[in-house]
Amino acid sequence: MPEIREKLSAEELADGSARDERRQGSERQVSMQGSKRQASVQHNVEQTSVRASQSLRDRTREGALNNARARHPLVELTLVRLREFTREPEAVFWVFVFPVLLTCALGIAFRNTAPEKHRVAVESSDRSGSQSSINTMAQSLKGSADIDVVVLSPAEAAGALRSGRVDLVVRSTDEGSQRAQSSPAPSFEYRYDPTRPESRMARLVADDALQRAEGRTDVTRARDERVTEPGARYIDFLIPGLVGLNLMGSGMWGIGFAIVSARTRKLLKRFAATPMRRSHYLFSFVLSRLVFLTLEVAAVIGFAWIVFGVAVQGSLVELAVALLLGGLMFAGIGLLVAARPRTVEGVSGMMNLVMLPMWLLSGTFFSSERFPEVLQPFIKALPLTALNDVLRGVMSNGTSLAANWPELIIMIVWGMVSFALALRLFRWQ
Amino acid sequence: MLVNPTSTVHPASVASAIGKSSVALRCTALVKRYVDVLAVNELDLEVYTGECFGLLGPNGAGKTTTIEILEGLTARDGGTVEVLGQAWGTTGDQALRERIGVQLQETQLADKLTVKETVRLFRSFYRRGREVDEVIRMVELDEKRGARVGKLSGGQKQRLAVACALVGNPDLLFLDEPTTGLDPQARLKLWDIVERFQASGGTVILTTHYMEEASRLCDRVGIMDHGRIIALGTPGALIESLGADQILEFSTRLKLAEGTLELLPGVRGVRVRAEGYSLTVSDIGTALPALLAELDKQQAELITLTTHQATLEDVFVSLTGRMLRDA
Ligand SMILES: Nc1ncnc2c1ncn2[C@@H]1O[C@H](COP(=O)(O)OP(=O)(O)OP(=O)(O)O)[C@@H](O)[C@H]1O
Ligand SMILES: [Mg+2]
Repeated sequence: MPEIREKLSAEELADGSARDERRQGSERQVSMQGSKRQASVQHNVEQTSVRASQSLRDRTREGALNNARARHPLVELTLVRLREFTREPEAVFWVFVFPVLLTCALGIAFRNTAPEKHRVAVESSDRSGSQSSINTMAQSLKGSADIDVVVLSPAEAAGALRSGRVDLVVRSTDEGSQRAQSSPAPSFEYRYDPTRPESRMARLVADDALQRAEGRTDVTRARDERVTEPGARYIDFLIPGLVGLNLMGSGMWGIGFAIVSARTRKLLKRFAATPMRRSHYLFSFVLSRLVFLTLEVAAVIGFAWIVFGVAVQGSLVELAVALLLGGLMFAGIGLLVAARPRTVEGVSGMMNLVMLPMWLLSGTFFSSERFPEVLQPFIKALPLTALNDVLRGVMSNGTSLAANWPELIIMIVWGMVSFALALRLFRWQ
Repeated sequence: MLVNPTSTVHPASVASAIGKSSVALRCTALVKRYVDVLAVNELDLEVYTGECFGLLGPNGAGKTTTIEILEGLTARDGGTVEVLGQAWGTTGDQALRERIGVQLQETQLADKLTVKETVRLFRSFYRRGREVDEVIRMVELDEKRGARVGKLSGGQKQRLAVACALVGNPDLLFLDEPTTGLDPQARLKLWDIVERFQASGGTVILTTHYMEEASRLCDRVGIMDHGRIIALGTPGALIESLGADQILEFSTRLKLAEGTLELLPGVRGVRVRAEGYSLTVSDIGTALPALLAELDKQQAELITLTTHQATLEDVFVSLTGRMLRDA
């Protein structure tokens, strides 16, 4: 049992040294008891001994200086950030796994299938006379490849329309008796919500099908050219936006929580008591973000490429530059948001407040140009809008970075101004 | 209770003996005001190079506020501070921080890092300093060097905090309640560390609630209450200033007649407390027989009787009329 013997001997050693120290301690205590009584005499003696030991200390200091190979504080601080992060399983999940899951879910939801059919309900009627006209109507609608038809009772149809299960309800307004005498053609009534684009579409398509069935002919000829090549699909639009969104989220949360929890634990105050340069501390967050950014972006883009075939149209180097700038910008903003709050609740609120407009307006899920003209200058100045535009330029459109120079400038300004402000405003206790 | 500042003890012999050596830290007329309280009230203090100075006082006395102003962490509202010959708030702050080591009352170091990583981080902040392993050995955390900080015991965490304060090889060490909440064993270990630091020529300023700690570690103590120092001197001199060697505490079944105890020979002071009586006694040899005779005479029937050497606690009680712990 060599292990146990080794342990024992170590313990013995420790015990021996402890005993040694205890002996020294008690000697010292005796001499101190003396010093309490004859303080003035004792002190002179102690002063000389202090001076002697001080020169000894200087010598050990030189020794320590020679051997000491401390890393640069910025390196050490960054390493600490990386270690702390990777030792936090939840954080790893939210930064790396969650974005991939989100991409996967959205990619599946918006994958390119056959164009969706319009769901149209035909209202049935209990009057015997109208039964045949309803059947003809349903048949005419089924003739169109773009329409799914169901026949529902008036009450069911109203419910289906309300809940969005159908986009449109068609009701025949033919009165069997009237038809024979007056109007030869059938007449319809469309019920739909005009604020729903899919309902408006369904109305056009259904009307077209019914009119054709009744004999309307086209006066001109048109040909369809369908665009579904990679780079032009919705998923190609979506992925750069998701990457931008991730950079924002992980930058803000990752930095905000770490700093505020260090503040509540008085760790920042402790650092402030050392000669550590304050800019080093803040900059270590930026550097550690760049490391994570590489990994987290690679995960999402790699996943989208393998699973959905979303390729990068432009240069990879330019994409890397754009991502780097985006990461730096959001690290700066994250530092600024975390500069003052004293509680985790406080910083969460601030971060949500800062991120909400960008979630809504920055064109992650649909183009930001759909917002009113008056809002455009504001939207364009948002950090995430600029990043998304640059990423889309490089990833989907394959344009060069230089083409997006105004956005690049917006990003650089956001990053630098936030970092400088954060350094000024930072609360160390 | 208002404390008369003139009761400050200043044994002239001690002051002049130490006065010859250099001053490591000096503050004058220090004031710190919070919204509802004057935390530090016109405080003057000098700490000499190579000494261990203790600030002793009850909760809320202003010890932490004072020490954090001295560390340059808290802004003061008035007065001057000079640390190692330099004031805070100049371009030399960085250089000054290289020379001081700080342990704060309530810092929680990062839980996810190991002992060694933590010390190495702090080491990297200093241009010169001690070796990481050497410091870990000094605070006897060798066996824990790879353990996460979050998994350490209270005493081990406290020693780690001291290690972080020592790793820059400071000339001046600030310790704010380094042993509060530790068991006697852990406390002894910390005392050892402080004594070794001082023995190597370092200057220490520490705060504490514990009399034993102040008596054992400190060359001089300042007793603080309500933001001022109400007594200052070596522990021995402060205790001597009571003019008594012994404290004699006892309780009786019946109440004693008022005014009788003061008349006993050798008794310097009488304090009546809920649990019984406390006598400050200059000569236990004459006071104890006299007391027993008096009790016999009044047929008060003794329940408990203890005596102890006068301590700093008794100094505080005699100055403020309150106990240090429950002040
Ligand atoms: N940041 C603050 N804001 C308001 N009041 C404060 C603040 N810090 C301290 N105080 C008040 O100042 C007084 C002195 O506090 P301080 O922390 O210096 O006492 P202390 O002697 O260190 O006490 P303890 O032994 O409990 O640590 C207390 O009354 C406290 O309430
Ligand atoms: Mg305190």
